[in-house]
Amino acid sequence: MPTVVDVQELHKSYGATVAVDDISLQVEQGEIFGILGPNGAGKTTTVECIEGLRTPDRGQISVLGLDPRRDRAELTQRLGVQLQDSQLPERLRVGEALELYSSFYRAPADWRKLMDVLGLADKRDSRFGKLSGGQRQRLSIALALVGSPRVAVLDELTTGLDPQARRDTWALIEDVRDRGVTILLVTHFMEEAERLCDRVALIDRGRVVATGSPSELVTGANAEQRLRFRPSVPMADELLTRLPEVTSLTRRGDTVVVTGNENVVNAVTSVLAAHRIVAQQLRVEQTSLEDAFVALTGHDHDTAR
Amino acid sequence: MSNPAQALPGRVPGSALRKLTSAEFKLFARERAGPIWGVAFPLLLLIIFGSIPGFRSPVSKALPGVSILDAYVPILIAFVLAMLALNVLPSVLAGYREKGILRRLATTPVGPGRVLAAQLAVSVGMTVVTLVLLLAVARVAYQVPLPRQAGGFALAALLAAAALLSIGLFIAAVASGGRMANAVGAIIFFPLMFFAGLWLPISSMPPVLQHISHATPLGAAAQALQDSWQGQWPHPLQLVTLAAYAVVFGVAAARLFRWE
Repeated sequence: MPTVVDVQELHKSYGATVAVDDISLQVEQGEIFGILGPNGAGKTTTVECIEGLRTPDRGQISVLGLDPRRDRAELTQRLGVQLQDSQLPERLRVGEALELYSSFYRAPADWRKLMDVLGLADKRDSRFGKLSGGQRQRLSIALALVGSPRVAVLDELTTGLDPQARRDTWALIEDVRDRGVTILLVTHFMEEAERLCDRVALIDRGRVVATGSPSELVTGANAEQRLRFRPSVPMADELLTRLPEVTSLTRRGDTVVVTGNENVVNAVTSVLAAHRIVAQQLRVEQTSLEDAFVALTGHDHDTAR
Repeated sequence: MSNPAQALPGRVPGSALRKLTSAEFKLFARERAGPIWGVAFPLLLLIIFGSIPGFRSPVSKALPGVSILDAYVPILIAFVLAMLALNVLPSVLAGYREKGILRRLATTPVGPGRVLAAQLAVSVGMTVVTLVLLLAVARVAYQVPLPRQAGGFALAALLAAAALLSIGLFIAAVASGGRMANAVGAIIFFPLMFFAGLWLPISSMPPVLQHISHATPLGAAAQALQDSWQGQWPHPLQLVTLAAYAVVFGVAAARLFRWE
């Protein structure tokens, strides 16, 4: 797959604050690529440089072979953008906004069909000011796609949406990707990246910590596995703690919580079986992207800001 | 997207500017403040002044053909210019910047030039419409003659519009947001209208105030419009004053304008 967005050693600071320290990433054609990290990690600054809204201090950016600053006019024709917190005039109607924005492009999409696809057809004559958060977000996505772009950058797509609207939006974005649009998604929701992205770049404090598919990151992070169960008969801690795969064991009432490496589940269950102990209510906690993030950065996702 | 993303053939060049301008006209009309203060209010003032019998008698024995109302119509024109250029234009543009509307537009191919052109088209278009309405109502209902020096009148109106719109763009450039722009516009509006002679005709002001008045954009505009109304070519000093305001504030606005 050819690379459609290529960022090399990007650096950008605002005064003394370094927003982007050293970011390199490659987005391939037809994928949903996530830029994932806590608030203030430099995600938005990175995509604003890609969109040509900001000038990098150092580094090279190429989008569809274009320089975002130098080839601005051509770039805007081919790159669809959804900005974090951007609005429209309060009294502009949904249909008018779509028709207006479609007139800006050389080869626009059919805005009426787009309005249907995004479920806005019955809101055609509603003013922007009267729309709900979810409706505004869908309109904003529609406007990002109305120029029939080859690449769309979506910044904090589902912030402020309720869970149902969020899932609907995810399905919609997968649909758009399946129709051949490459998507660059900025998010601080681990769950969103895990669900939606083909590949992600984990960003922390202006740097790329890791790049890969969500499952690669989870495996590569060597994050700990955790299992909890209630032994059917009393058992000694040493039975499990002497296993090389186990790193810790704690008890919470009747429940035993064991953590260890990726083979810990096998090791523990075979020892228990050998001693004829049944692990009741056995639960294995899946390592998530969240765990991978903590493992890779050495700090909590939420405290990283 | 397979169907929606299919390109529509036969794009007409220039359609973006046309659509943008028509959208801005609709928004202007829906905002209400612009049509009420910039269009309806000056017409109402004309009707009120025209209904006062004393306003239709001659200003002085020396000028038997000129009534007080005749002298007021150019001031009302200055009022329209100031309302649309100082109160409507800056708050719309600064509001657009505050809400990220300009930033959103900056990511599309529409470009800054078209965005500004559409705004100016609305201001100029509404000014022309109101001006024609004022002239027509004054002529038909109150027998106020049309400007006798039509060329001078057109030139004075054009330069006055350029000066006021440049000041409006300057306010939009430096104001932090729509409310701030509104406040600045309103604060300078009243002194400027005073010097245009809204409350006290320029010719009745003490000499010092007359000099100050001629140096202000609306004072110079009102004087130039009044002179051409009565058949004289406007004084070059006033035309140069207006042109200077247009250039200085226009250049400053262009330098200081921010899209976010």
